[in-house]
Order: sequence, then C-alpha cells, then structure tokens
Amino acid sequence: MADRRETKSPYTEDRKIPGAFEGETVTRRRLMVGSVHAFGGMAAAAIGLPALGFALGPVFERQRARWEAVGAPGDFVDYTYRPKVITVESNVGEAGKTTVYVRRHNPEIDGPVKDSYDNFVAISTKCMHLGCPVRYIDASQRFVCPCHGGVYDFVGKVSGGPPVRPLDRFYTRVRGGQVQVGPRYSVNSELRRFSPRDPGQPLDGIGPYMYPRRFSTPELPK
Amino acid sequence: MKLKLPNPIPDQLRPRPRRPGEGNGRKSAKDIAIESGRDAGISVVDWVDERTSVSGAARWAMFRKVPKGTNWFYTFGSATMFAFLSQAVTGVFLAMYYDPSPTRAYESTRHITNEVFLGEFVRGMHKWGSTVMMVLIFLHMGRTFFFGAYKYPREINWVVGVVLLVLTMVMSLTGYLLPFDQRSFWATIVADNINGTGPLLGPYLADFLRAGPEFGATTLSRFYAIHMLLVPGAIVALIAVHLYLVAKLGTTAPPWIKAEEPDELRTEKV
Repeated sequence: MADRRETKSPYTEDRKIPGAFEGETVTRRRLMVGSVHAFGGMAAAAIGLPALGFALGPVFERQRARWEAVGAPGDFVDYTYRPKVITVESNVGEAGKTTVYVRRHNPEIDGPVKDSYDNFVAISTKCMHLGCPVRYIDASQRFVCPCHGGVYDFVGKVSGGPPVRPLDRFYTRVRGGQVQVGPRYSVNSELRRFSPRDPGQPLDGIGPYMYPRRFSTPELPK
Repeated sequence: MKLKLPNPIPDQLRPRPRRPGEGNGRKSAKDIAIESGRDAGISVVDWVDERTSVSGAARWAMFRKVPKGTNWFYTFGSATMFAFLSQAVTGVFLAMYYDPSPTRAYESTRHITNEVFLGEFVRGMHKWGSTVMMVLIFLHMGRTFFFGAYKYPREINWVVGVVLLVLTMVMSLTGYLLPFDQRSFWATIVADNINGTGPLLGPYLADFLRAGPEFGATTLSRFYAIHMLLVPGAIVALIAVHLYLVAKLGTTAPPWIKAEEPDELRTEKV
C-alpha cells in the first residue's frame, strides 16, 4: 500500500518511520509490493507473449517461392488461354489447387517482352473484387466472375463490375523444356508489377501505400 | 437465511399433530424419522448456504422488483441467452464428431448429417439456432433502443451488449467455414478479403485470419479454435457482466408508463 500520509521529505528517516535507514527513500512495504507486481507481470508476460507470438507467427513468416511445370512451350498459343491447374498450398487437398490461364506472350497485345519471366502470360483466376474464381469465356474473350459480376478483358484489365484492379499474374519461365509457373504478382491498371496483394486492394494512386507489401510475400524474381 | 422449498410430503400423508396430553410426551422413532426426512432438503440447502451465503446472491439476482408495465418485450434478452446456451450444447456435441482438417472436414460433416443417429437434427439445431440467435439479439437491441434503456445509468451495459453483438457475428463468420463445402469455402475467401481491404492494417489482418498469404492447412483449424474456444469464452464472460449489471441496475419501465408521484407530494396537494 502506498503511504497516504502527507510526506514532506523523500527520506524515510526524516519521516520518523521505524527502522528507517539513512538515505532510504522507498519503504520496504512499497518495495515488496512493487516487486510482487513486477514478478506477476513477468509471469503473465512469460505465458502471454509466446502465445500471442504463436498466433501471430504466420503473419511474419516469409513463404518460399514455388515453381510448377504446366506443359511444354509448344502447348501454348498467343491468341487464347489454356487452363492449367497448379498447387498454391500443399496439404489441403483440393482447396490448395487453383486454375491459371496460360498463353504465349503476344507482342501485338502485350508490347515488347519485359524480361525472361514475361515470355508466357499466366493469369490468376482470383477475382480482384473479393477473390472468387473467374472463368475465361473464349467467345467474348472475357474473364467473368460468378460472385458479383466482375468482368475483365483479354489481358485481364477490368472492363466492368466491382473489381479494383486487373487480374493478378504469375511469373513464368522455361526450364528443361517445360513452362513453369512461379509466384503470383499484382498489377495496376497500367499492368505495372507489384508484389502480390489480396483482392479488393487497389494499386493505383495511393493504393500501394494504403495496402503495403506483406511480410509473407516470397522472394520475387527481379 | 432459509430458502423455502416445497414440502416433499403431501398433506394427506402427514401425521396428525399430537393432541395435548396424548402419548407420553416423547416422540416415537417413526415420528423422528418422518420429521428429519421432511426437513432433509432444507437441511442440505442450509448446510450449503451457511458456508456460501449463496441464497442471498440468488435472491438478489432473481427476486428483483420490476417496474410497472414490464411486458413480453423484456424477454428477448433471456431468449437470446437461451439461444446461445442451445448453440453451446449442440456445438459441444457436434465437436465430438467433427474433424477440422481441410481434407476431412467436409466428410465428417456429411457423416454427421447422414449417418450419426440424430446428427441431422443436432446439426440443424446448431445451424438454424445461429440464425435464431442473430434475430433475437437484434430484437433485444431494438427493445433496448426504443425503450430508452441504454440511457443513464445503463450506458456500460449497452456497450457490453454491442460487444456481444459483434462477438456473435464473429461466431457466425467463423462457423460458416466449418462445413467446408463450396459455399462456406468461397464465402470465407470473400470475408477474408473484405478484412484485407482495411487500409494499412488490413493486409496483415487477412494474413492473420488465414495464417498465411493463401487459404492454407491451418486456416480451418484456426477458425475452428476461434469458433469453439476463444469467442464462446469471451461471450460467457460478457454475458456474466451483462447480467450482473441488469441485476444491479434493474430494468426500465416502458416509455409509456408515467412516473408516480411520491405519496407525500400527493397528500400535500390535497
């Protein structure tokens, strides 16, 4: 208990406290109470902090970039998409698989090839409104989302509905005669590359600052 | 303090009281047995009460004065609580059969629905009971609002109630994923991405809920733990606070009941 009497001096000796030492400013009772609280706090933190870190751990865990072969380069054309199934999460069965739409880079539509990861275009089926699976419809050359009516054109730019940015893409490369699909990346409305964001997060203007890159983003190819 | 319990022996079976001068003044063994049998219940309650004073607390909590005009609208709160209790009981039994792993969850749900004895009924109770609870909690909130029962001195109880409403919604959200069919899977993806649209912290919150950047192996068990341990514990604790404050502050009269003048004032006027 704190000493509630009016104290004139910080020294216990001046305050006529029995058994006071010269130069003593903290009563023994106060010291004991303070240390019991400190030890209690430490004991609570010893249990609480690891538990909190355990629950929050995955937020700070960097994922590994995975590359998965989806077929020979000759399987793909530059005027339409071929659907391929890749695994984005292991150990979750069907829930960890997703469809990607793959085609060859088309200079007339996509402009010059940016780098060695741009020879094949792999479009993610994650709708950029809230993440439902989009489907490519060849007749209209559009990607259409079943949930809330998002529509994207041939290169994945938004042509209607609620999506806030074009469809995400995957890095692609050719290794050992196979086209490989790698980590996902996001694009803004000019198809500039950004580290992968979740759906619903715009990347134009202040978007990239409002929705920063996450700690879980795998190391992306430069 | 004695709690009055109903007498376990009906009137017809009770021994006739002795007339004055009858017998030798001493009770027979049979009479003593009957008397102590009759008082057994009271003795047990007394024994516990002497050591806990629980009857005072029980009377304080339950035998309260209620204002004039109290009506059926005042039952929504306890109705919500009983809906929660029903969810708790059916949830505990569903957990005996449910398997929160991404490859087994749908199969175990199908097993509960189609093969376990009364499984469809218990799962139905839990599924529809959640909707019932949401409806009741909003009716309770509406009653509180329209009767002005959130005003002084009951502001804290309103705040606790709003937290309970949010926690109930968290229960609805996390429970929706557990059947792990197409609807619950994609609805959870959508809900998680809605969380992700919060500026600055949203992306990290979405990662926290998913336990990673994609819907992964531990997302389902994470939702399951939140659904059956974390949030129910918080709800039980807050219901206790909510009820304590109700007992402490009493309930309000409906707004159409006018305050009665104290007797002193009335006689002075006459």
